[in-house]
Amino acid sequence: MSIRLENVSFRYLEDTPMETDALTDVSLEIEDGEFVGIIGPTGSGKSTLIQHFNGLLLPTSGKVWVDGVDLTAKGTQLRLIRQKVGMVFQYPEHQLFGETILEDVGFGPRNGGLPEAEVVERVRRALAYVGLDFEELKDQSPFELSGGQKRRVAIAGVLAMEPSVLILDEPTAGLDPKGREEILDEICTIHKERGITVILVSHSMEDVARLADRLIVMHRGRVALDGTPVEVFRQADTLKSLGLGLPQVTELMHELKAKGLAVNTDILTVEAAEEEIVRVMGGQR
Amino acid sequence: MRFRNLTIGQHIPGNSVVHRLDPRTKILGTTLLIVLLFAVDGFIGYALAALAIAAVVHLSELPWRYVLRGLRPLLVILLLTVGLNVFLTEGEVIFRLWFLTVTREGLVRGLMMGTRLVLLIMGTSMLTLTTSPIQLTDGIETLLGPFRRIGVPAHELAMMMTIALRFIPTLLEETEKIMKAQMARGADFQSGGLMQRAKNLIPLLVPLFVSAFRRADELAIAMEARGYRGGQGRTKFRELRFQRIDAVAMGLSIIFTVVVGILF
Repeated sequence: MSIRLENVSFRYLEDTPMETDALTDVSLEIEDGEFVGIIGPTGSGKSTLIQHFNGLLLPTSGKVWVDGVDLTAKGTQLRLIRQKVGMVFQYPEHQLFGETILEDVGFGPRNGGLPEAEVVERVRRALAYVGLDFEELKDQSPFELSGGQKRRVAIAGVLAMEPSVLILDEPTAGLDPKGREEILDEICTIHKERGITVILVSHSMEDVARLADRLIVMHRGRVALDGTPVEVFRQADTLKSLGLGLPQVTELMHELKAKGLAVNTDILTVEAAEEEIVRVMGGQR
Repeated sequence: MRFRNLTIGQHIPGNSVVHRLDPRTKILGTTLLIVLLFAVDGFIGYALAALAIAAVVHLSELPWRYVLRGLRPLLVILLLTVGLNVFLTEGEVIFRLWFLTVTREGLVRGLMMGTRLVLLIMGTSMLTLTTSPIQLTDGIETLLGPFRRIGVPAHELAMMMTIALRFIPTLLEETEKIMKAQMARGADFQSGGLMQRAKNLIPLLVPLFVSAFRRADELAIAMEARGYRGGQGRTKFRELRFQRIDAVAMGLSIIFTVVVGILF
């Protein structure tokens, strides 16, 4: 399932005095099985961009292909595309509605017309992926859960459609560190085990540096940088001028280098940083 | 999305003469216009009122296209009004079409009602288009002030209106967001019979109500945290003050209304 955008521009409130350009001439391709991080300052067009990946928004000009299907063509079955490209919005727990968790998580597959037995099976699998127990929770109301659990149930609601592309818009916003860690680990597991494409929008440089194998940096509706995390975070000055930063460890390595320690600054995780410092100091742990 | 096409109740910031008028002037002026539109009887009167509205639109520097767009959501009501009047008024028959009869009186009345409605909508939307919700409710509060003595809760009414107006865009945005989230899960809000469609709205309405209550709660706490205790002793950051243009505008409106109202 590849996603390809060609010269996509999008304008909100076209033909009114409040018209604004949200995306300008964006071209990019996301390959099957990639883990892509999308970063950018607030209002840079990240959310607008990802809504083009499953046809929730159609470009004002330009073209979008998902799996070879042109979304902008007349008569394209967008509902079928959306079963394949799952999207977890910001604060997804705000979309919960079901009387029971089974009903809520099963909403997507049921809309896809699957038989009830298969729906139940998928709900069971989806809940397992986010670390929740099906038997214990299936008849509970989603509104009785804690904030973190609600978030998981809502993510499970998208996973239950078993999409081949999973888009997440800041899935960890407003969670405590433990909750963040767990949700990101679960996403990582799904990516590895099921081999699906994951597109993660995040404000946390640490998270995307650790998880993604490609980063797209948005700025004022355009793609400012696009490359591997190492490549992107080498452009420290550009990132800072866009109002973004480096992961803390990378920042630390840069400072060590500035202080005269000959370390490699292409370091994105704490573990790698430790190894590098030990190597440069020429010592043993 | 489709909600964004709603012009009624929307405010377009600007710095024209009309924008700068005191909200009270605009509210009273609009009230006069409404009275006038019901008082006049005859096309000359309507034509003059239309001219006055056109002058205001011109002075407001808003694009015509945008002002006229406000009529679109009310097209059905407009057509219904005109249609019912044209077909159901008795009088001198002009022609019959199957079971429908068109009379001369009906035609005239239908056209008049239609014109009246169009002018009403345009006139009143000029008020909301050029006045920010805060100014509007400020104006209403001050205008209702004198009635406080007979038990009209002027401040509370104004505050309720402010909050309601303030939350229209928020709730529309929220609706759009939830709709999108459910559409991403294959929800279908467009097809199916009436019952099916109503049922399909559940995944939209439940989260919307939940969030409306949550927002109401949060707002109440935020207001109390900032010491809100009702209108008593509350001062204003922006005091309303009549300027010379207000006197001119008010004078012109009154003269126009009286003259046109009496003559036509």
